[in-house]
Amino acid sequence: MADSNAPKPSSSVKLVLLGEAAVGKSSLVLRFVNNDFQENKEPTIGAAFLTQKCNLPSRTIKFEIWDTAGQERFASLAPMYYRNAQAALVVYDLTKPTSLVKARHWVAELQRQASPGIVIALVGNKLDLTNDGEPGRGDGDSEGVEGEDSGDARKVSTEEAKSYAEEENLLFFETSAKTGYNVTDVFTAIANAIPETSLKSTRGPGASNAVSRGGEEQRVNLNGPREAAKEGCAC
Amino acid sequence: MMGIEDAGSSSGAGATHDEERPPPLPPRPSLQPTPKDRASLQSKPTTALSSMTIQTLSFPDGSRGTFSTTVDDSAADDRTSPTEGHDVSALGFHPIGSARKQDTDESMSIMSMAPTMRPPGDLESLLVGDMTKRSPAWMLLQSQSASIQPFEVIRPDHSSTFAEFEREFADIPDESNRDWNDGDRLQLWKSKLKHYMILSSAGKPIYSRHGDLGLINSSMGVVQTIISFYEGAKSPLLGFTAGDTRFVIATEGPLYFVAISKLGESDSQLRAQLNALYMQILSTLTLPGLTNIFANRPSTDLRRPLQGTETLLSSLADSFTKGSPSVLLGALECLRLRKSHRHSINNAFLKARAESLLYGLIVAGGKLVSVIRPRRHSLHPSDLQLIFNMLFESGGIKAAGGENWIPLCLPAFNNRGYLYMYVSFLDGRPDGSASTTDASDADDAIAIILISPDKESFFTLQKMRDDVVTELKKKGHLDLIKATAVQGRPLVTEIAPSAHISHFLFKSRANVQFCMPSLQPTFSSLISHRRLMSLYSHLHASMHARHSHLKVLHCISDEATSLAWITPIFEFYCVAGPNTSRAVITQGANKIMQWAKREEERLFIIGGGVF
Repeated sequence: MADSNAPKPSSSVKLVLLGEAAVGKSSLVLRFVNNDFQENKEPTIGAAFLTQKCNLPSRTIKFEIWDTAGQERFASLAPMYYRNAQAALVVYDLTKPTSLVKARHWVAELQRQASPGIVIALVGNKLDLTNDGEPGRGDGDSEGVEGEDSGDARKVSTEEAKSYAEEENLLFFETSAKTGYNVTDVFTAIANAIPETSLKSTRGPGASNAVSRGGEEQRVNLNGPREAAKEGCAC
Repeated sequence: MMGIEDAGSSSGAGATHDEERPPPLPPRPSLQPTPKDRASLQSKPTTALSSMTIQTLSFPDGSRGTFSTTVDDSAADDRTSPTEGHDVSALGFHPIGSARKQDTDESMSIMSMAPTMRPPGDLESLLVGDMTKRSPAWMLLQSQSASIQPFEVIRPDHSSTFAEFEREFADIPDESNRDWNDGDRLQLWKSKLKHYMILSSAGKPIYSRHGDLGLINSSMGVVQTIISFYEGAKSPLLGFTAGDTRFVIATEGPLYFVAISKLGESDSQLRAQLNALYMQILSTLTLPGLTNIFANRPSTDLRRPLQGTETLLSSLADSFTKGSPSVLLGALECLRLRKSHRHSINNAFLKARAESLLYGLIVAGGKLVSVIRPRRHSLHPSDLQLIFNMLFESGGIKAAGGENWIPLCLPAFNNRGYLYMYVSFLDGRPDGSASTTDASDADDAIAIILISPDKESFFTLQKMRDDVVTELKKKGHLDLIKATAVQGRPLVTEIAPSAHISHFLFKSRANVQFCMPSLQPTFSSLISHRRLMSLYSHLHASMHARHSHLKVLHCISDEATSLAWITPIFEFYCVAGPNTSRAVITQGANKIMQWAKREEERLFIIGGGVF
């Protein structure tokens, strides 16, 4: 279990994914953990728990990821997963404006109820369906989305989501779980943004009671992942 | 050539009690007889003028399949049993009722094994009747006939029914596909052999197996109108027949369930399938949840609360359409293990038990390996069916990788609240740490399932899983389970060599578990599997018909011979080739029975780990 090769400090970070059904939460995790993608993935039931390590220059972060189901009926269980979480990924679908509305609700709920130091990333997924997907990957197959002109199914502009993210001090990314574009970057940025003080070096089941000790700190001010990274690396 | 002539005369002797029977037929010149020939034939393949006579018909040129085509059309006409109400003969199985009707004076008929005709005896007593038939020709016939497998002979009308079956599970293109217009899509929808629909009593569509709800909205409307007409008349509609299609309707509180089948299943079987779909809905919402939704707003669109479970309903529905022995028998299949191994696995499992655990299961390749449960509670098969469907039939859980924490209601255990299910699929890797992969395929995946009433107990159960896995690994049990699961079910020839039986189902009634041999090689294709399951479901329906008190049922058709045998201890169904004699199939059945008795403690989990 333990990484034997490096004396780098290793800490576990509890991370939760939230967002409307079918925005691609599980696909993001699957891309991050197994570097894999499944077309027409069946919906998550309840929640899935996965782990993945993320190597930073100065330390190893072990993500303990709660991938929750997006359906309305599971919403009441969400507090169980974001309680004590040090990071959250709030995901919306770039081709579906209502999913951003739902994402805003999740952000508000997290800010109200989750640990005060929680790092939140807002992620717009399904970039491959838009014209500005990864260069050379503009093959927009608009899977049932009624995109009026060929290719671009984008319904949420980058500016709109980005300005909202800045207002709320969220990390912001547009990703494609299908092509893998930006996926690892999201997790790396989160790893960098976790304040040093809220990291514990314990692993395993004990993480459940890892009440964020950085609770009294103010919310991390994040203008961008790079700046946050500097903060995080000061060990 | 001598053999042939002997066979001919023997056939004549066998049929002497039937005065109007034509003399033994000369070798037919053509495999495609004229309609006139067909009309002149009095005997029909279903009426079991003893299998012997039928066999002789096909004998001269050695092409044993010929007889089936010759009498096909004329027989099909009057084969439909009025009591059944729908044409089950399309499946190559002919209800005993109709056979008896046509052959009331046919004392040789071994299809009509009603208790009124013979004292209810043991299976051995069936052997007696065959003693007179042991002529040399008969023996010769037997030696040849046993090599024919069930359904080897496919009649034209059957192949047309089943031609569509390969496409049964294909999706109907949705509106975004411009190559299809509504007419074509509706045509495709109508071509499906099996439909399930769920709608609310207010007429809101909830679920349909085939076609998006937009396409079939009007059909749903018609269904709702018909059902509510009868509801209004205080005489609920249970089912009706249109052509070769049977409609069965079940009303559960605010929901209507409709099954539409061209596969010839019985009403009670279709009703059981609808009930399973209802259980799936309860498992998602709980009974109070469902009731509240409709109490507050009768016109609620239930699709939203059920969002994401369509795949579970569909995989459940498809397992019915493909034909599942587990569903038919209402029983579970276990992984065959030595008693000492199972005992040791149970103990390791019990030792690691977390305080909050309600049920713990180890499952490999869809078969139960070990169960631990509180003394007061046992697990109901219908609940396990829901769990197995979720984990093994619909890909959602396993494909996601990792561990899962799933709130679900087990309606047969308690339909009023949720339990929480921890699921972890183990991969075969030696170090298999907390993270699992999706690498192992469905056939041999090992899953540990831990169910608790405490929604906060994920990490406790995770630790329990780790402990169990460590213990099982230490003793080598994990590899054993894996190897056994990969090995699969034994071939029927390994169980009972030279028994001439192609397949069987054996259900232990006390343990609510069943076992069966491999479907290889005869029944591995989708269609032959469906035909086998149709045959089983007809046997099952005949044995369990409300007023039948059958103990043994021996059926002959031109495609397969089958035997069902029920005692308070077990239910047994087996299938052999069409020319297998009663004596042979009975001997085979006895051999398998001995095997099952001998292996009982390996085949079935008796009791399980209790705490």
